[in-house]
Order: sequence, then C-alpha cells, then structure tokens
Amino acid sequence: MSERPILEPERYELREAPAYRFELERRDFLRVLTTMGGGLLVVARLPASASAQESGQGRRGDAAPGDLASWLHIDGQGHVTVYTGKVEIGQNIRTSLTQAVADELRAPMATITLVMADTALTPFDQGTFGSRTTPTMAPVLSKVAAAARAILIDQAASTWHVDRSTLDARDGRVVGRDGRSLSYGELTNGRTLTGTVDAAPPPMPREAWVERDKPAPKVGGRAFVTGQHAYSPDIQRPNLLFGKVIRPIAAGATPKTVDDAKARALAGVTVVRDGDFIGVVAPHERAAKAAAAAVSVEWNRVTGQPSSQTIYDFLKKTKRTGDGGSQRASGDVAGARAGAAHVVDASYHIPYIAHVPLEPRSAVAEWNDGKVTIWCGTQRPFGVRSEVAQAFHLTEDLVRVIVPDMGSAYGGKHTGEHAIEAARLAQAAGRPVKIVYTRAEEFMWGYLRPAGVIDVHATIDASGRLTSWEYENYNSGSAGLQTPYAVANKREVFYATDSPFRQGSYRGLAATANNYVREMHMDALARAAGIDAVTFRLAHITDDRLRAVLTKAAERSGWPNPSQPGRALGIACGVEKGSYIATAAELSPQRDGNGFRIERLVVVYECGAVVNPDGLRNQTEGAVIMGLGGALFEAIEFADGQMLNGTMADYRVPRFKDVPRIEVELIDRRDLPSAGAGETPIICVAPAIGSAARKFGTVANQLPVTLRT
Amino acid sequence: MARFVLQVNGRTHEVDGDAGDSLLSVLRYELGLTGSKFGCGEGFCGACTVLIDDQATRSCVAKIGTLAGKKITTIEAIGAPDRLHPVQQAFLDHEAFQCGYCTPGMVMAAISLLRANPNPSDADIARLMDRNVCRCGTFPRIVDAIKAAAAQSPSRARGGGHE
Repeated sequence: MSERPILEPERYELREAPAYRFELERRDFLRVLTTMGGGLLVVARLPASASAQESGQGRRGDAAPGDLASWLHIDGQGHVTVYTGKVEIGQNIRTSLTQAVADELRAPMATITLVMADTALTPFDQGTFGSRTTPTMAPVLSKVAAAARAILIDQAASTWHVDRSTLDARDGRVVGRDGRSLSYGELTNGRTLTGTVDAAPPPMPREAWVERDKPAPKVGGRAFVTGQHAYSPDIQRPNLLFGKVIRPIAAGATPKTVDDAKARALAGVTVVRDGDFIGVVAPHERAAKAAAAAVSVEWNRVTGQPSSQTIYDFLKKTKRTGDGGSQRASGDVAGARAGAAHVVDASYHIPYIAHVPLEPRSAVAEWNDGKVTIWCGTQRPFGVRSEVAQAFHLTEDLVRVIVPDMGSAYGGKHTGEHAIEAARLAQAAGRPVKIVYTRAEEFMWGYLRPAGVIDVHATIDASGRLTSWEYENYNSGSAGLQTPYAVANKREVFYATDSPFRQGSYRGLAATANNYVREMHMDALARAAGIDAVTFRLAHITDDRLRAVLTKAAERSGWPNPSQPGRALGIACGVEKGSYIATAAELSPQRDGNGFRIERLVVVYECGAVVNPDGLRNQTEGAVIMGLGGALFEAIEFADGQMLNGTMADYRVPRFKDVPRIEVELIDRRDLPSAGAGETPIICVAPAIGSAARKFGTVANQLPVTLRT
Repeated sequence: MARFVLQVNGRTHEVDGDAGDSLLSVLRYELGLTGSKFGCGEGFCGACTVLIDDQATRSCVAKIGTLAGKKITTIEAIGAPDRLHPVQQAFLDHEAFQCGYCTPGMVMAAISLLRANPNPSDADIARLMDRNVCRCGTFPRIVDAIKAAAAQSPSRARGGGHE
C-alpha cells in the first residue's frame, strides 16, 4: 500500500536545527493573562548576552535582544506562577529557580509554581544546555520577581495613601510600619495589573539571600520517590495506542523490499509506510512489538563504513578544511620548535561514547483538528516544535510540545526524531500514539558524543618554560580547545569531519576530550623536563581562580605524596563555562581490571556564587561519577554501520561498586556572579586518573585510560 | 496465546499473551502502573525493579508465564506522597536522586535488601544494589539513605507494602 509521503527523507535525518527565531507577541501573554482571570502579570526580556550558547553542533538560532524570557503571574489567592521555557532534566533548576523567585518576591517557596517547557504556555527558549540556566535564567527570574514585588508595594501604597518607602514586603505580604498588611493575593484580587522588568529594583545583595543560601529539597520530591511523577514514557491519554518504528539494520541502510502483509493482518494493527519510514501501531506495547516483528524488510546497506578500529584514520581523512577549520594562532611556532630543549608530540584518540539517559527517547502525540500536541523528552522544546512543524508542513502555532520533567539527558536530547515518529504514527492511526525507544534504539538512533583525534606538538626550553603549543582537534569539538596556560607561540585548530554515526552534544562535550588531552600532555611535558607537575602548571597559569583550585587540590590531596607508599597521585585542572575545577586522583596498583584501582578523588570546584549548596554538591559528585565511565570503560564499538555493544549489558556505565571515595570542596565566591555548574566537574576526572596511572606503566594516548604494563 | 493470572498489589488481573511476555510491559502499558520505569529491557539497570514474593526482581525480564501464584508488589503499593515508606523518606531526606528516574527501582531494591540484611555495610549495599544504575551518579547519597533507613527504623524499613 502506498500512502502519500509526508516525511521527506532529509527531514527525517538529523540535521542542524533551522536558524529560526520566534518572538512572542504581547497579545499572546495578554491572552494568557485573560485566561487566568486577572491578577498581576510581569514580563521579562532576555539579556542580549544570553544569546550565544554552545550546543554541540555549533550555534543554533540566536535569540535576539528583546525576546521575552519569562513571565510571572500572581492570582487573587496569592498563588505565584512563573513561566520559563527551560527544561528540568534532573539538574534541579525547578528548585533553584524557585529559590531565586522566593527570595526576590519575598514569598514562601510553597506558594510558587514553575510552569516549564510547554511551547503553548511558556516564552520561547533556545534550550536547556551549556550550563546556562543559573547564569542567565536565574537573574531573569530574580528580576521579574523583584519587579512584581515593587508593583505590589506600589499597589499597597496607593491603597493606603502612604509613601512606598514606608512599606516592606515579606512572607507573601506587603507590610506597613504601623503593622497593617495585605497579602499579595488581596493586592491583586479583582484587578488586572501588568508590568515589565524595566523598573525593577536592583537584585538583592548576596548577604540578603534567604532561600538561595540553603540546601532546598527537590520541589515535588515526593512524587519522584513514590513513582508518581509522569515522565514522557508514563504519559496516559484517552484511547492511547502504542507505536514502534522499524529500524534499519545498520547506519545508512534503506529498505529494498518490505513485506508487511502479516503485520497488516493482525487485529488492531496499523502499518505506516512513508518513504523510508516504516512503523506499526497496536493497542499496547506487547502487540506493537509482535507487529513490528511481523514486518519483514530486506535492506540496502552502505558498504565500506569505518569500524571502531579504523575510525581515527577516517576522521583525519575526511577533515573539512573549508568550513570546519576554526583556527587561532599567535607567535612563531616553527621558530620555537627549532630552539627547544624538549619536544613532546603525541596523537590522542577519543572514542564515541553514549549518554545512556535512563529515560530513553519517548513521545506521545495526539492530533485534534489539524493541531498536534506532543509530550516528549527533549532539551529543546521549541526546537522540536520547529522540527515537527517542518516535517508536517505546519505552521508552528499548530504544534504544541510539552516536556514533563525528564529522566535525564546529559546533552543527549537536543533533537526531535521521536516526536516526529510519534506524530506520524498518530496521524496514520487517527488516535494518540506513544513510542518508547528500546535501549538498543536509544544507543543506535539517538546520537553520540563525537569521536576524535587530537594531535599535540609542544616544546619547552631549558628553563622549563612552555615555548610552543600546536593543537589540532579532528571532530571531537571546540569547547575547551584553547589552552588556559601562557605560551607565546601557539596554534589551535578544530576540524569538522565526516562521521558514520549521528553525533551531538554531551555533558561538557568537547571540553572533556580537550582537557584530557591537554592535561595529559602538560603532565608529559613536566615529566620530560623533570619538573613537578603542579609547579610546572602554576608557572604557566595567569588566572588566579585557576591557580586557586589547583593549589587547593594539591594541598588537600597531599601532593606530591600519595597517602601510602606504592600508590600514585595524579592531578589536573581546567576552566570551562566560566567555572574552575581541579581534580586529584590517588590510585593503587591492581593485577586485574584496568591495572589500578581508584582509592580517592579530591575535587575542588569554584563556579562563582553558590545558589543551592547541596544541589551543587550533588551535581558535582554526579558529574565526577559520570566522568569515571568515560575515563575507565566507556567506548562505542562498531563495524559496518552496526553498533557491537549498544546494550546496557555490553556497554558499561558506572555502578555502585565503581564509585571511589570522593571529596568535594566547593569554593563559594560570593563576590562573583554564579557560573554554569553542572558540567565542568566532569572534565578533569580522566586526566587526573591517567596521569596518576603513568606511575605504573605506559598510558596509551587515548580514552578510556589504558595502562600498558 | 494463553491466559495468565497476575496478583499485583493485592489485586488479581487476567492477561492474555505469551508466556514469555514481559511483566513490566503489562504493568506499565496495560495495568496503568507506570511507577516501575522502563530503562533497558535487559535486566541491567534496575529502574523496573518490583518485589516478587518479597524478592527484588527486574520486571522487564520477568516473564508472565512464571508468575502463577506469586505476589507482585510495585512501587504504587509502597507509599504515597502523604504517607512515605521509611526508605522513601530517607531518599527524600538525603536528596538521593537528581532526575529521579531510577528512584522507584532503587527504593524497591533497597526494601528487599533491608529485609535480607537489616544492617548492611557500604560494601554490602554496593554488592547487593549493583544491578541498579543511577546514571546521574547519586550512588554515595543512595548508600547514605539506605543506611539511614536501616538505622532509623529497622522494623518499619524492612516492612513494606500496604497491601
């Protein structure tokens, strides 16, 4: 049966999201206010500086200065609702943003609800990635809350005919000097008030923080420990059906012949064919699985694809010099090499790794009157809306994307293929359809952290001074490409290449690879010159914040001496997303496994002013533990376009028994703005371990850390 | 195709299917019990952990044909937001989660662990919980939460299920 194709093949493949800007009109939020039945509405615009964000595959659609970033509503009962397009992924911004609003509005946490990531209700947002929420969205929400507070005080001042300077706001009320007070609900009740943040008072000084300085329990935490929170795979709709997509046998494979007669004969089953897209819909998951198994496909396969062994040659051969080369150079590298006392050159290999979010890609799509609503996990709800609109030739107002608080992503959910698939199946079935990726689908048809080759050529002079630094990164990405160390002659370049697999963002993305390579190379240079690795680094560090974390980590770890004879100590430091990290690793030799055991990790982290200390500690430990996987055992194996270890049984991620003693020390710089926090601690785990392992033998120039004794 | 009888949270359900069909699939997509999460479908992540006759079991690989006469308990029968089980309370108190997707499975595995071993050491917990993955890396907090639950109220923490 041939249906009119709706999905164009190029739409179905991963590609750069369109550079698209959607500006909400003022009438839209006035409509929101009308539906809420009055109250106070305050709107905030996004600062211009927030528009440039790293998202793994280059910059996506910029947000123009003046875009609306958030709005805040207070109803007649004093309920505060704050609207933001940001997504809760497990990084706990629903809690930390609520803390900021509670402080600036002077209202109890329990009266505040955040509506997040619903394209019909919240303002446009580029997406939740790059650790940008705390540096950019928290100040926006602080400002909108402060503006609301000022308007409420004005309202009370005019009600009581007193000067506003005699009034104060606390605990959800405006209070006069004579002790009389009105709740925010009473002040807004029956009125329609609007305002913008232009007249917002300055944010509270750090010393005045109340909610933000203390560990706040996760908002809605009880729903999570009881299993009641509905993630995307848990969404229920009336008359919901279950769908499955028939996946190609390998990357690049296309259907040659399809026999779906047996599947079509099954009761309650719909088979959907659209170009190369093949899917089935059935009453429930077991039936969908059986229907998918009943479809028989012969595939055309792409030959000559690289394997996990040949990928590194492939990347270098396919480098794009035209568009990909982003180069920074200064000084005279060749001259410095000619006069060098020590030359250290190496080529490092970085494998593909997978995010393995425990919640796989999942979507529920429901069509009504030509409009589609999709519940799905994604870090870019507005980007996914745009993808769906394009795939179905709709205008964006006909597509609504809602992101329930997610079962994590780590940079792995920027795209909307699952949303498009569910929408296509639901359209054919004429009923709502849910799809949930199997783990194997998530590995193979999600996307990966890019593999890469990084070549480093460096020299030092007789006094131990770094004299030249040449750094060429093929495909693993440009985040963290530039060395923080002072060197007069340098050349740093990133080359885009072809990739046999879909690739994209990851926690810390390229900074993990770049810091691994740079720090392993700095360690090798120090060894070549016979200089202590911390002394060598400090001699080339000009940034006091980097110096501070490195010095503290050295001190706390007992550098240069491990706590017991026979053990090894390694150290690394770096800066990423405006945050500073140093990590020391103490290892003991082992006969089996990796050849060593991690006894202890010391992590010193400084990311400006700390908002939620316990939340930050949780994120820091989590990033370090995630980093252990990439450092010790994660690598995708593949050949001929097929993944060879794309299951949880075969692809090892950190588990309880892999977790060593981790000591986290947070440096709270109350004098600085808060920087992005959830990603940076991942970047120094591998080089701290790798440099320590050099005591026990030769460490291969690759990830994961591989000891050759 | 045959008919199978499942005892879930004290209620009896009849399900038509093949003996090898996954219990998790039935729980989630036919009985509406979505508290047990799908993570891997291979029994390697633990997000789907339920109790079968009080033993922590990966429901994604539990086959409905093997469950006749067995008592299946899911997270839905363990506690409610206004009436938490001590293990759930300990997870909340220790902020022993980030995204929370692994948490129901962790809670079920911890309840089973505490029944078998009321005073587990860190090493016991690491060994007995090893089939449960927290991809956000909150393992140290989960260990602390389980120990707190054990210390605080051993008999209640070992109990579980309001059915």
